Amino acid sequence: MPPESADSVVDVRALTKRFGNSTAVDGISFRIGQGSVTGLLGGNGAGKTTTIAMLLGLLVPTSGSIAILGTDMVRHRHSALQEMNFASPYIDLPHRLTVTENLTVYAGLYSVRHPKARIAELAEALDFADFLKRDYGSLSAGQKTRIALAKALINQPRLLLLDEPTASLDPDSADRIRQYLQEYARESGATMLIASHNMIEVERLCGDILMMRRGHIVDRGTPAGLIAKYGRETLEEVFLDIARAEPTAPDEIERAP
Amino acid sequence: MSGRRIWAMATRYWYLLRRSVPRLLDLFYGPAVNILLWGFVSQSLQNNSSGAAKIGAALLAGMLLWDVMFRSQLGVSVGFLEEVWSRNLGHMFVSPLRSHEWLLSLMGVSLLRTAAGLAPAVLIAWFMYGFSLFDLGLPLAGFLANLMIMGWWVAMLIVAGILRWGQGAENLAWAAVFVISPISAIYYPVSVLPHWLQPVALSIPAAHVFEGMRGVISDHVFRTDDLMDAFGLNLVYLALSSLVFLLAFQNARARGALLQLGE
Repeated sequence: MPPESADSVVDVRALTKRFGNSTAVDGISFRIGQGSVTGLLGGNGAGKTTTIAMLLGLLVPTSGSIAILGTDMVRHRHSALQEMNFASPYIDLPHRLTVTENLTVYAGLYSVRHPKARIAELAEALDFADFLKRDYGSLSAGQKTRIALAKALINQPRLLLLDEPTASLDPDSADRIRQYLQEYARESGATMLIASHNMIEVERLCGDILMMRRGHIVDRGTPAGLIAKYGRETLEEVFLDIARAEPTAPDEIERAP
Repeated sequence: MSGRRIWAMATRYWYLLRRSVPRLLDLFYGPAVNILLWGFVSQSLQNNSSGAAKIGAALLAGMLLWDVMFRSQLGVSVGFLEEVWSRNLGHMFVSPLRSHEWLLSLMGVSLLRTAAGLAPAVLIAWFMYGFSLFDLGLPLAGFLANLMIMGWWVAMLIVAGILRWGQGAENLAWAAVFVISPISAIYYPVSVLPHWLQPVALSIPAAHVFEGMRGVISDHVFRTDDLMDAFGLNLVYLALSSLVFLLAFQNARARGALLQLGE
């Protein structure tokens, strides 16, 4: 799906976030078309988390605009939030609630019609039926990652934002999750934005990649396109080229108007 | 506004409470121990002074009603802290949950927690000291409502403080009411306070509640103006603290604090 598509699910324009004198995100613009799976890549401090937090409405931009599913996220985010969801291994769920209790609460927050059936469906798909009754806090990091993903899928979102979706998972579990995400995107037509440092995962899941460095989007393309453009053999090598490149001014490449 | 989301959050606190023995004990032991302590103090007064029965009753009623305010405040502010401790704020606020829906769920839970905590203390006072809080009659409903509301707006200011200054400010949840207590006229009339401090005390809704309570106990007179003053002040403070909370919440979103709190 080309980013210039008229049916953009995400439309970000001149988005900037400053914390005091530090600029975390510096006037970025991009669009993400419906049904696409886009990777958001960049080294530590590139501005990925800040960008995702602004897309989710957790962080108010200093300037610029964000429209998600046609809704202005800066002013009217709640109507879009019903259609979105998010998972990150770095944001917890209540430890003293069981897996079922946690998912039931979130099913209520997203007004899911048949919460028990939806939780059972996710437990089957993401292979956590065995620990539905266990406290979330007693789970291993990999198990927590699966529950966080289940929480993110509880409302069958049209836009799914994922931060390191397979962090802490063994290769077998990670492979199953990726397969599930691919099936979910294909069957539901959902749009996904995935921030990850796992280049194999990005190559497998994403048809489109946004490369960030120091608060700017410095390149964009398909995994194969970027590999060819930089004359490299893997996406990881492209990542290293970009992350280690000397800053030039202006170094931003943007396609959105 | 969604009743379903308010219910979902209330359910979340119920799930937490029902399986946590320390949290359940925390509901009951404070009011129960306090009433035992103050019950013996009031008995001692009555044994040593023939005219002190009313003072003893006022002490017990004061203790029980002040605990309503304290528990009401704790119900909201500790509910907020539960989210900070579990680092759940990020997930909550990427859902369609609105901040006022969350507050309403916390207020509902605080009402139930306060009722659950107060009931054993009221029973102890009745069985052990022959004091019934219900002897205050119909005005009791007005006193309780005002103290609950006061607890809520105090809690909103505390939550705003934690949003602004971070988890380091969490002690406010337990300490804040002790700052107000000396000028809330819980155990003595406002007239006992120094002249310059009396207007400050009268700007606190609880002082009007306790003046009204003493009127009922000592003179069997219910002064509606005391209750109306308390309601009026509560309304103003509730509006102001809601504004402070919303500003603190907006400020937390601007700083990214919803993601960082609890780390």
